[in-house]
Amino acid sequence: MSVYAYLVAVFVLLVGAFGIVRSRNLVHAVVCLSIAQSGTYILLLAVGYQSKATPPVFGSPATKPTKAVAEPLVQAMALTDIVVSATVTALLLAIAVQIHKRHNTVDPNELAALRG
Amino acid sequence: MNALIVITLTLVAVGAVAVVLSDDPARQAVTLSVYGLLLAGLFMTLSAPDVALSQIGVGTAIVPLMVMLAVRKIRDRR
Amino acid sequence: MTRTARLLMFAVAGGLVAALLVLGVLDLPDFGASDHPYRDAAVPAAVLHKTSNVISSINFDLRALDTLGEETILLASVIGVTVLLRPASDEHEHESISGSGRLLDSTKLMGYVFLPITLMIGFLTIAHGAVTPGGGFQGGVVLGTGIHLLYVAGSYRALERARPVGVAELGEAIGAGAFACVGIAGALAAGAFLVNSLPLGAFGDLFSSGTVLLLSCAVGIEVASGVVVLLAQFLHQTVEVTEEHGQ
Repeated sequence: MSVYAYLVAVFVLLVGAFGIVRSRNLVHAVVCLSIAQSGTYILLLAVGYQSKATPPVFGSPATKPTKAVAEPLVQAMALTDIVVSATVTALLLAIAVQIHKRHNTVDPNELAALRG
Repeated sequence: MNALIVITLTLVAVGAVAVVLSDDPARQAVTLSVYGLLLAGLFMTLSAPDVALSQIGVGTAIVPLMVMLAVRKIRDRR
Repeated sequence: MTRTARLLMFAVAGGLVAALLVLGVLDLPDFGASDHPYRDAAVPAAVLHKTSNVISSINFDLRALDTLGEETILLASVIGVTVLLRPASDEHEHESISGSGRLLDSTKLMGYVFLPITLMIGFLTIAHGAVTPGGGFQGGVVLGTGIHLLYVAGSYRALERARPVGVAELGEAIGAGAFACVGIAGALAAGAFLVNSLPLGAFGDLFSSGTVLLLSCAVGIEVASGVVVLLAQFLHQTVEVTEEHGQ
């Protein structure tokens, strides 16, 4: 039962990938990509978790620093990753809007059929 | 491995399936917003308040807003 | 390829990847174990630099070079969106019609009440980056989204006047440049890029941990301006740009 967190992370990643493959709309595919990315955050944080440990922040006025805290490195990675991947999602949405302007459709199947 | 973590993990898994199976992107923006909140709850139970703060701001407010604006732009041109 | 062929291929490939991932995951250390070598190295280093928030210390002090890279990705994405979302050849821009659309009075009230509160929370989160959960990234996101409560409370014109897009683009450049400048100043003062060279203060004080506060503010300005520019491009496309012969 202690691998449940990791299995959920793998499940969310694969569900996101499945959503992209099955998608009929580019905007839907971009949101599914965002879901797949969140699977990786779950994995990172699950690796860094320690039972009965506090968050790695000592506050102000500061409590006594101890080593019984959750792993701060994976949290730092997940934190910056969330913000940066939101801007990359914005870039993908902008591409989807431009594709609609050019080809009047956002269905991946119809787009694949276009010849130059 | 306490019960709270198991419950939030299960909710997140169900939320992910719900987002992927919502076919209309406008509906998906709302489901994505709720999923962002569930994910922030999971991060809090995993002792990561910084990451939860980041996730709430980004996954609940900004990304669904941009998805709605993109959907509106695409729909207006149809 | 057709949709069924794609789904079939995903069934095979996805199954394989799932099997590999599950096998890999079963070999990971137990969930909740206490064996975390990076934490054992990072917490003493953060305490040495008198930073209460170990995560901010990692982001802006111990691994500040990574944050410079992440910031650059953010800058590049925002530039990409600005370039992509230009009006097409069959579209024209027009001024937004003020007063169009129905809005509940309670929505307007909530927007106006929460606007100063949200902006203040954003500033506090950035400024207290070194001591409480928060920092440049989170505070920047809160600030950037908070200003759009003006749009939610009813007026696109008010939003445009409150955040001219030129100022936001300038703010983004200043934020990114300030990060690099603090790094160069560290190099000139103490010999290595992004070294924490300012006075460190006392553990748990607001003005402690040297350059962490400065870098947190620089990243906060950059993320807030980046979010404002992104949303401005999308809003401009939906509110002010229409097709020539469109509906």
